Amino acid sequence: MAATATARAGRIPLSERDSVAAKIARATLKAPVHLVLVVIGLLWLVPTLGLFLTSILPAQAFTLKGWWQIFAKPSLATWQNYSDVFHNSSIIGSLGTTAEIAVGNTALVIVIGALAGYAFAWLDFPGRDWLFVGVIGLLVVPLQMALIPMFTLYDKLGIFDTVLSIVLFHAAFGLPFAIFLLRNFFVGIPKDILESARIDGASEARIFLKLILPLGLPAIASLGIFQFLWTWNDLIVALTFGQNVQPITVAIFSNLRQFGANIDLIAPASFISLIVPLAVFFAFQRYFVQGLLAGSVK
Amino acid sequence: MSRGSITAEPPIRAAPPPTQEPGALGRYATGALFLAPAIILLGVWIVYPTVYTIVRSLFGQSGFDDFVGLGNYRTLFTTSRLLTAIENNAIWVGIVPAFVTVLGVIFAVLTERVRWSVAFKTVVFLPMAVSAFATGVTWRIMYQQDPSLGAVNALGRTFADAIHAPGVLASASPSTPSLVPQGGGLVLKTPLHPGGVALLGLTAIPPQQVPSGAKQAVAPTPKPGAIEGVVWRDFKPGGGVQGKVETQELGLPGVSVELRRGSKVVQSTKSKADGSFAFADVQPGSYRAGIGASTFAKPWGGISWLGAKLITYSLILAYIWIWAGFAMVVIAAGLSSMPRDVLEAARTDGASEWQVFRRVTIPLLWPVISVVLVTMFINVLKVFDLVITLAPGSSQNAANVIALAMWRESFGGVNDFGVGSAIAVFLFLLVIPVLALNIRNFRREA
Repeated sequence: MAATATARAGRIPLSERDSVAAKIARATLKAPVHLVLVVIGLLWLVPTLGLFLTSILPAQAFTLKGWWQIFAKPSLATWQNYSDVFHNSSIIGSLGTTAEIAVGNTALVIVIGALAGYAFAWLDFPGRDWLFVGVIGLLVVPLQMALIPMFTLYDKLGIFDTVLSIVLFHAAFGLPFAIFLLRNFFVGIPKDILESARIDGASEARIFLKLILPLGLPAIASLGIFQFLWTWNDLIVALTFGQNVQPITVAIFSNLRQFGANIDLIAPASFISLIVPLAVFFAFQRYFVQGLLAGSVK
Repeated sequence: MSRGSITAEPPIRAAPPPTQEPGALGRYATGALFLAPAIILLGVWIVYPTVYTIVRSLFGQSGFDDFVGLGNYRTLFTTSRLLTAIENNAIWVGIVPAFVTVLGVIFAVLTERVRWSVAFKTVVFLPMAVSAFATGVTWRIMYQQDPSLGAVNALGRTFADAIHAPGVLASASPSTPSLVPQGGGLVLKTPLHPGGVALLGLTAIPPQQVPSGAKQAVAPTPKPGAIEGVVWRDFKPGGGVQGKVETQELGLPGVSVELRRGSKVVQSTKSKADGSFAFADVQPGSYRAGIGASTFAKPWGGISWLGAKLITYSLILAYIWIWAGFAMVVIAAGLSSMPRDVLEAARTDGASEWQVFRRVTIPLLWPVISVVLVTMFINVLKVFDLVITLAPGSSQNAANVIALAMWRESFGGVNDFGVGSAIAVFLFLLVIPVLALNIRNFRREA
C-alpha cells in the first residue's frame, strides 16, 4: 500500500505540481528518507570526529573515558598534543619524507604516463596494440609480486632505504592505470586538430607539448590527485623499503604496539596525516570523482 | 561514460599513412622515444619481478641453491596460520563486494531526489580519501573494549543496561566471615529471630562506586517482632574494627536486602540513605538475612571487537565503511546516465516503483554494478594496511589475510622469501581471471 501511494505521489499531474498541498504531500513522503540519510551520514562522520576529539584530549583523560567526555567538559580540550607532535622532529621529518615521495611519484607518473598515453593513442607503429594489451594486463598485478625481487635488487644496487627507491616502485605500479586513463582520454581528442597540426609540419614533440598536454589537463589532474593520495596514504611499500626513510604512516605505525599509552601521539599525528588528503580531496573533488569513474566505468 | 563515443572511432585501424610520413623505421623510433621511460619502469619494476617471484617460489628459504619444487606451496596449504589467511580472505571475498555494492545501490537511490545529496555523498565518500592506516587508528579507538572508552561498546552498553541493569555494588565483598556467598548474593551465617539485628558490612568499594546520597551509617537497635539491620561500607580511613558500625563509615543506600526462611524469600526491601533497613511483622521462627544477587550484577563488559574471535568481522565492517562511498559514487553516476524515458515508460505501463527498480533499473545498471563487484573483489584480495593497523598484535594471527601473510612471511620476522614468493604467486593467480576479463573487454572495444 505504501509503495503504491509513493508511486502515485511521484506521478502528480503537472498542473498540480506547484500547488502548496502537493509540495507538502511530497515533503511528508520524503521525511523518512531524509531521516535515514541523516542517521547514515552521522554514522559515517562519527569515527573521524572521534579521532579528532581524541587527538585534543589530554592522554590521561582517555584512560578513563572515551572522546565524548569532551561534550560534557569542553574545558578538557587542549592543543598540547599537537604542540608536542610539532616539536617531535622525527614526526615532522617523516611528514617531509611523505611529501617528497608523494610529489616525486606524482610528477614522474604524469610525465611518463602522458608520453606513453600519447604514443598509444596517436602514434602509429607496429605492435602498438599488443603492447597496450600488455599494459592492461599489468593493471591488476599485485605489488606483492615485486616486493621480494626489488628488496633484493635494491640491496644489491645500494639504493635500499632511499626516497628514490620508494618513488620508483610507486611510479611503476601507478603507470599501468596512468597509461590506461590518459590513452583513453587522448583518443577522444578530435582527430582534425592533430591532423592539421601535423600537416602544418609540427613535430610529435611539439604536438605533445602544445596540444595534447593542455587538452588533456582534466585527465592529468584526475591522475595526479589519485597518484598523490595513493602515495601519501601508502604503508606497505614504505614499510618494506624504508628503514630510516620513514613517511608519516610508517613513523606512526611503529608506535601502535602501545596503542593506549601512545594515544596522545598516535591520534594527533594520524589526524595531521589525513588533513592533507582531505584538503586535496575538497579542493579537487570534481577531478577525483571523474578519475574514479574513468577508471572503473567501462 | 563519454567514452562510448570515443571508442566508436577505433584509432587502431587508422587510414594508411600519407606517403610523406616517415617509414616503419621512423615510426618505430618516434614510438620508442615516447614509450621508453614507461617500458623501462614497467619492465624493471613489474615484469622482471613477476618472473623472478614465480621462479623464486620454487626455491627454499636459503636461496637459489635450494630447489624445493612445489614445497613452498605445500607449506602454504598445510601451515595453519597461512590456511587461516586463506580462509579469512574467503570470508572477506564472500562479504565485502556484496555488502559494498548493496550499500552503494541503496545510498545512490536514496540520494537521487534529495536536494542536499552532495553533502551526504561527500560525507560518505570522505573515508576514500583518507589512508587505510588512519582509518585503522580511527576504528581502533571506536572498537576499544571498555564501554567507557570505545564508542561502539558504549552504544552497546546503553542497550545492555536497559535489558539487564548492573548492580549498585558490582565489586563489593564481605568485611567479616559472618557474611557468606550464596547464589550470587551474600547471606549471614547466623540465623536470626524476630527482634534480632543484621549487620551487613561490605568492603572493597572504591569511593566513586559508593552510591550517591550515602550518609553516615547507623547501627540498628533491636525491635520486638521485627528484624532491623544496616548495609554499610565497613571501612574507616586509618583503620577501624571490622564488623562494627563506626563514625566516618557510610551507609549503602539502594541495596536490595532479603529475608529468607529456608530457601524462600519472605520479605525484601531496599536500604535507606544511612544503609538501614527493617523487616516488620516477622513471625516467630528462624530466618536468615542477606543481600540479593542483583546488587552484585556485573556491568556489561563490552564485546571484544578486536579479540581473536571477532577481529575479521570488525575489520570487514571498517572496510565497508571505507568503500561504500566508492560504490555509491560509481553507481550514482550510472543512475544519472540512465535513459529516463525507459523508466517513465515502465511507470506509464502501470509498474510499481519496486517493479521498476527490480526489472528496469537494476538490469540497466548491471554493467556498472559488475564493475564495482570486480573492483571490490581485487581490492579485498589485496587488503593489507587496514589489517596490520587495526588488528592488535595479539589478534594478527587470527586476522591474517593473504597479503598480510605474504608480508609477514617475507619481512615480518620469518624472513622466508620462498614461502613469501609462493603466497605472492597464489595471490597473482587469484586475480588472473580479472586480468583476462580486462583484456577481453578491451579487445572487444577495439
